[in-house]
Amino acid sequence: MKAGVIVFPGSNCDHDAWYAVNENLHGGAEFIWHDSTNLGDVDAVILPGGFSYGDYLRCGAIARFSPVMQAVKKFAADGGLVLGICNGFQILVEAGLLPGALLRNGELKFICREVRLRTETTASPFTSKLQEGRILRVPIAHGEGRYFADDRTLDELESDDRVAFRYVENPNGSARSIAGILNRERNVMGMMPHPERACDPLMGSTDGLAVFESMLAATLSFAPVLAQ
Amino acid sequence: MTITPELIEQHQLTTAEYDKIVTLLGREPSYTELGIFSVMWSEHCSYKSSRIHLKKLPTTGKYVVQGPGENAGIIGIGGGWVIAFKIESHNHPSYIEPFQGAATGVGGILRDIFTMGARPIAVMDSLRFGPIAGASESAHNRRIVAGVVSGIAHYGNCFGVPTVGGECIFEDCYSANPLVNVFALGVCKENEIFFARASGIGNPVIYVGAKTGRDGIHGASMASAEFTEESKQKRPNVQVGDPFLEKLLLEACIEAMKTGAIVAIQDMGAAGLTSSSCEMGSRGGVGIDIDLDLVPQRETGMTAYEMLLSESQERMLLVAERGREEEVFRVFRKWGLDAVTIGIVTPDGNLRVRHLGQVVAEIPNPALADEAPRYNRPHDVKPHRRPPLDRPANLPQSTDLSADLLRLVAAPDLCSKRWIWEQYDYMVRTNTIVGPGSDAAVVRIKETDTSIAMSLDGNGRYCYLDPREGAKLAVAECCRNLATTGAVPVAATNNLNFGNPERPEIMAQLVEAVEGIAEACAFFETPITGGNVSLYNETLGEGIYPTPVLGVIGLMKTAMPAPVQFAREGADLLLLGGFGECDDRRFGATEYAKVILGQLWGLPPQLDMDYEKRVHDAIRALIGAGLIESAHDLSDGGLAVALSECCTSDIGAKVTIPPTERTDLALFGEAPSRILITVTDAGRAREIAAKYGVACPAIGATMKGRLQIGDDSQMLIDVRTSDLKQAFETSLPRLLQAQHD
Repeated sequence: MKAGVIVFPGSNCDHDAWYAVNENLHGGAEFIWHDSTNLGDVDAVILPGGFSYGDYLRCGAIARFSPVMQAVKKFAADGGLVLGICNGFQILVEAGLLPGALLRNGELKFICREVRLRTETTASPFTSKLQEGRILRVPIAHGEGRYFADDRTLDELESDDRVAFRYVENPNGSARSIAGILNRERNVMGMMPHPERACDPLMGSTDGLAVFESMLAATLSFAPVLAQ
Repeated sequence: MTITPELIEQHQLTTAEYDKIVTLLGREPSYTELGIFSVMWSEHCSYKSSRIHLKKLPTTGKYVVQGPGENAGIIGIGGGWVIAFKIESHNHPSYIEPFQGAATGVGGILRDIFTMGARPIAVMDSLRFGPIAGASESAHNRRIVAGVVSGIAHYGNCFGVPTVGGECIFEDCYSANPLVNVFALGVCKENEIFFARASGIGNPVIYVGAKTGRDGIHGASMASAEFTEESKQKRPNVQVGDPFLEKLLLEACIEAMKTGAIVAIQDMGAAGLTSSSCEMGSRGGVGIDIDLDLVPQRETGMTAYEMLLSESQERMLLVAERGREEEVFRVFRKWGLDAVTIGIVTPDGNLRVRHLGQVVAEIPNPALADEAPRYNRPHDVKPHRRPPLDRPANLPQSTDLSADLLRLVAAPDLCSKRWIWEQYDYMVRTNTIVGPGSDAAVVRIKETDTSIAMSLDGNGRYCYLDPREGAKLAVAECCRNLATTGAVPVAATNNLNFGNPERPEIMAQLVEAVEGIAEACAFFETPITGGNVSLYNETLGEGIYPTPVLGVIGLMKTAMPAPVQFAREGADLLLLGGFGECDDRRFGATEYAKVILGQLWGLPPQLDMDYEKRVHDAIRALIGAGLIESAHDLSDGGLAVALSECCTSDIGAKVTIPPTERTDLALFGEAPSRILITVTDAGRAREIAAKYGVACPAIGATMKGRLQIGDDSQMLIDVRTSDLKQAFETSLPRLLQAQHD
């Protein structure tokens, strides 16, 4: 798998995603600068955590207009895998690639802690290596991670089996404890927790690796199709 | 403008200092020049009261690549990699404007690190506040706590550096003088270190980063005076931080350094453009000629005085190789930052400043940087202290030690600081092997198989009772924290927080503490490679406890250390170092005396440095032998509190202590040189301890659900681990929540 890690000027988990894919997964990752209009020949895109353009306005509100996001939208529309982590999730929501919004945490404070996530679906290229109901230990680190959407959208997410992960103990007041969701086509996933921080025994958990392993498997099975 | 005695006084210069300025210049200074001298000769920038004593500190050692005198100290960690680290205070601004004061404190120390070419990979904070429980004044303190913590979080989280540890203590004396000391550590290759030494006559001097505004003017002088009722009016002296801009500056600087076109670089911290210019010039033995008209400005109509003294954040000054400016500019353009040539390196050794076509200041660089006054301030008196030496009569005897213990673990000093550290991203960069809430933080260096262990410690109560011994105890505790994770301490940084040095009894505290640090750092082979002095921590004549804060770093092979918490039931529990000595006098410095008895008296715990070091060697040997299942060093609150901290999972312990008349001293005395361990093989563990001449009594075993401590005849303490955990974890949020009631 060749994953393109998008680098906004304020991305600060870009190296972590790069390291998880290259060193923990033994896949391939490269950086893509935010003013690129071309993603090259990547098989998957990762929008990492951080503060894209400072995010003093609303997280991701400016990033959605960046040149690279136009390319990411096209990539997603063509069926490419796009994973947004934390700030990346916020950007995907702002860009309209995923529904809903991410609001200030319930207690209005930044929260950094390891949380437990329940795997809600394995029917996606990001979760196929997991088992439904499997509990993962993965860290969160965000100030604006409270997932919000209207009831109709939430109902739809649930009936379409598009909730990827839920918090076992809801840390931030997210609607229906949602931690990660898929788009309708299931090739775009956003999640607030950081799977790239849970890929190495020295970090206390390797539960996040399954997300990247799933992506790797998906791109391997996908590649021959593209080649034809 | 004519220089009047009033103007000189406003600039916090004495008549003698002013006369020295006239002598150095050979003429009267201009108003602008007076401003420049006032900041460069301020206590904050010149260390004029402390410098002669700081010379007593050990600064060299086999790991030291760069000692004090640069923006940060540097030590080698092998394989061609080095670590840059330092601690710095932002006490005064954090009192006036807690959020921005603390935020820019983080920003300042981060720049000190990446100025050296090192990417910051860890931050820790040592915080001191006034009491947060009860009375009306505490509402103000709670606001300061909330502001400081969110300020640190705001800056560090956005910048992308993990805040991996620290300490936080509450005392009356910090009510109007909170302390915010920020430690930062970065990593780079040894052959990619940058220094702040200008060189190459004719080389361009380039300004990069944020535009200059009127914020922070005279911040350095503000930090060099006591606070009065009028200090609130100094709020405009506090700068405003922009962590996103700092992140851009970091990336741009590191990238620009890789071009090879940069000769020297220095951040604009205290005294901004002035100090960065004259210090780079002075270190390189050259002159710097700058034109203020070229400086990127955020506001119009700024005077030369304002521009030179502005402490606008997120700015750097660098010297590039002539002809290669464009290589530098290209990088900064990529990151959307200003980069402008504002001057040139000259041969004459002067700082020359032009504004609107006129030379507005011309001062020999050494006059500013090296000729600042140095005072051997009177200190031939006993260090200031009020508490009695002996235990006050008629103190109540405890009737319920279990209740005392639950109160202690819920006390602000001892309770879990989770409410604070969960607001910090302590994992970003995926290097944090051990984060906040442990004895020492451990951060791996991915490019090597080495990890860095680090610990901050300072105990104002100990130092108030005996500055020399208190300072030694802080060094010892840091080294013990590191040893408990298996690391070898290699170097240190210190932040000396004291009151008004013009009072001999305060100066005596400073001198005693520095000498104590010097003795202990020499003994533990942890040379001081840099640091910070913060004086005048007084409000309306009331000073803080003398509070030297030590930051010690150690090296270890990358591995997951044993946890603090008990790992399983039925494990043998040993007290490496033994029960220690405590008497009534030494009990007066303890948290028990503070929290349960509401008193302070006597002397700090007695430290035998030789024994302490053997305890460190012993624990490292035990870890090396693979015997350790959990390890936690004893400190504030003594044996009973340390045991409680090991019980925060569901596993407790049954502990037996030797019979004694004074169970309070045995349970809550704070004798150093002790580490609680659970081991796989108690016999072998005790053999190893014996080889180092260290006592290692078996004191019990772990068990599920309860902490029971008794002697042969009776049960002294019997509490559920769930109650301990509840008291420990819920206390701080509950106390701080009162803010909203």
